[in-house]
Amino acid sequence: MDVMPKWADAFLIPLFSILLAFVISALVILAIGEDPIAALKLMIEGTFGRSEGFGYMLFFATNYMFTGLAVAVAFHARLFNIGGEGQATLGGLGVALVCLSVPWPHWTLALPFALLGGALFGAAWAIIPAYLQAKRGSHIVITTIMFNFISSALMVYLLVEVLKPEGSMDPTSARFVDGTNLPRLSDILGFFGIPFSSAAPVNISFFIALLACYLIWLLIWRTRLGYEIRAYGQSESAASYAGISPTRIIMIAMIISGALAGCMAINSVMAAERLVLNSVEGAGFIGIAVALMGRSHPFGIVLAALLFGFLVQGGAEIDFWTSIPRELVVVIQALVILFTGALDNMVRMPLERLFLMFRRKKPEGS
Amino acid sequence: MDFLTLLQILDTTVRLATPLLFACLAGLYSERAGIFDIGLEGKMLAAAFFSAAIASVSGSVWIGLLAGIGASLALSIVHGLASITFRGNQLISGVAINFLASGLTVLIAQDWFQQGGRTPSLGSEARFNEIELPFVDAFANIPWFGLIYSELISGHSILVYVALLAVPLTWYILFRTRFGLRLRAVGENPAAVDTAGISVIWLRYLAVAICGILCGLAGAYLATSLQAGFVREMSSGRGFIALAALIFAKWRPWYALFSCLLFGFFQALSFRPDVVKAVTQVEIPGQLLDALPYILTVVILAGFVGKAIPPRAGGEPYVKER
Repeated sequence: MDVMPKWADAFLIPLFSILLAFVISALVILAIGEDPIAALKLMIEGTFGRSEGFGYMLFFATNYMFTGLAVAVAFHARLFNIGGEGQATLGGLGVALVCLSVPWPHWTLALPFALLGGALFGAAWAIIPAYLQAKRGSHIVITTIMFNFISSALMVYLLVEVLKPEGSMDPTSARFVDGTNLPRLSDILGFFGIPFSSAAPVNISFFIALLACYLIWLLIWRTRLGYEIRAYGQSESAASYAGISPTRIIMIAMIISGALAGCMAINSVMAAERLVLNSVEGAGFIGIAVALMGRSHPFGIVLAALLFGFLVQGGAEIDFWTSIPRELVVVIQALVILFTGALDNMVRMPLERLFLMFRRKKPEGS
Repeated sequence: MDFLTLLQILDTTVRLATPLLFACLAGLYSERAGIFDIGLEGKMLAAAFFSAAIASVSGSVWIGLLAGIGASLALSIVHGLASITFRGNQLISGVAINFLASGLTVLIAQDWFQQGGRTPSLGSEARFNEIELPFVDAFANIPWFGLIYSELISGHSILVYVALLAVPLTWYILFRTRFGLRLRAVGENPAAVDTAGISVIWLRYLAVAICGILCGLAGAYLATSLQAGFVREMSSGRGFIALAALIFAKWRPWYALFSCLLFGFFQALSFRPDVVKAVTQVEIPGQLLDALPYILTVVILAGFVGKAIPPRAGGEPYVKER
């Protein structure tokens, strides 16, 4: 049945899809009269030339690892969670409430509770769509989209009416106490005597995101629950025949998904040291591209998150130095989603034909 | 609240409901044919930009309208390729189209006009202007009706009337013509349509194309009638509200009109917090009014107020044989 070897399915197809996305992006840059090679050079220099740029790339990648994992866990249960944006927004609220409610003496105390707060709020925002999908049959894609909009309206209300400190004009929360400041990568590397820019906000959350990737890998491929989630995603009828409850799987997968998206806030909100409007900045949506590109595998997600971290940091760089606006990254993101997600068969069909051709040429019995 | 204020709010309601109605009917054709489309938003946005850009360059709003429809159709074809020809995931394709439009419009706007992702303001030549219906003066002396006629019914741009006419037309096409029957059948049971010797692929492409044209009208209305020019992200979630209205209407044209008017009414109310406060006597946050269409949709989807059942083959690519 398998037309292609596993490695081709796992690496070749995403590689071709991304190449296609990049070629079209290059054509777009050409069309607006700029040089794509020069733009790429600028992106690379701006990211890898200075440790500050590299630090920003890792900072963005941390966000995308969390949201990418969130989308991926739901994908394994064949659920399309577009609500990562809203869940991360609510996660930000959870983290901010934790940080604001207690005068934390030290980050080692604040971080676990902030993580818990973010996860709880993110999961709570995913529970309602999950319940409606499981029990009332309403489509999770539509409900999670609606919850994104509801969350942004809720956040405007809370920041303007509730969380804004007395006398302040900006719709932002009060500043968190210093005890919530997470150690930055420069602090950690400085401990070992390695110099790193302290201007980049990349912090210990990066390692927590990597740990989360490992834990999700364990969960999906090494536990009974992960097996049940994958079985349900492959075939709902086979799973329920095997005694796996669809309601349970939908609820659990979405709770994990929402919690992961919510955890993103320990990176974005705690680094900003206050809760601002739109603290997620589209990371919930980039998570879709990251999960699709990483084929819902944690290892692929790490790579895809790093790539998108590079694109966003590089995009800010070319926005600054050339007349190409940073929206170029949105175009690349859209093309990656289009080719790795929706037009998957367009890349797959010719490659499969190619592999079949080579297979026929081989002598029998090999 | 006096009668005139009420009429003004209703007038704003009609204006704000028009893009929703176009997009909602667009989604209606597509989803009735079994193609889910969450890319309404992106198509509207692309159409808004190209209609404003071309109208501003050419000076003719009609050429702008054509360009807007063309841009929206192009994205429709991408959606058709992904979801019909290559049998990909229609939802993922819709998400991609939304981001594609969101990024490309700003990118091209910046390249063409260098005004931070917007088009120049359109003069009255390059816009759909309000048209005065006949008999406004004749009816002016009739109490109540004269005011309703001049304030509410007359004085909209031509696209508003086109949108309103599109409702009975859509109803007629879907429920009284052979094409409509086939279109609905292909969304419920494509295999049956195929067995009858009618091309599923062709029908679905046609539905997606109609969806593109209507989204083009929605976007052109936004940029050349409701406002004078394009600004980034100007569709601001209307494509999703239209989707909500479509579910609210349970995929039926007349109900779509009423749900779009209802959601337009909420939007109009959020412009007049003073009126809301005077009527309800409580301070209702504007954000709640903004979120109301989305909350209502979730409630409807939850099946607490009548059950919304989508076309049965929706979202499923059709495979001829296994």
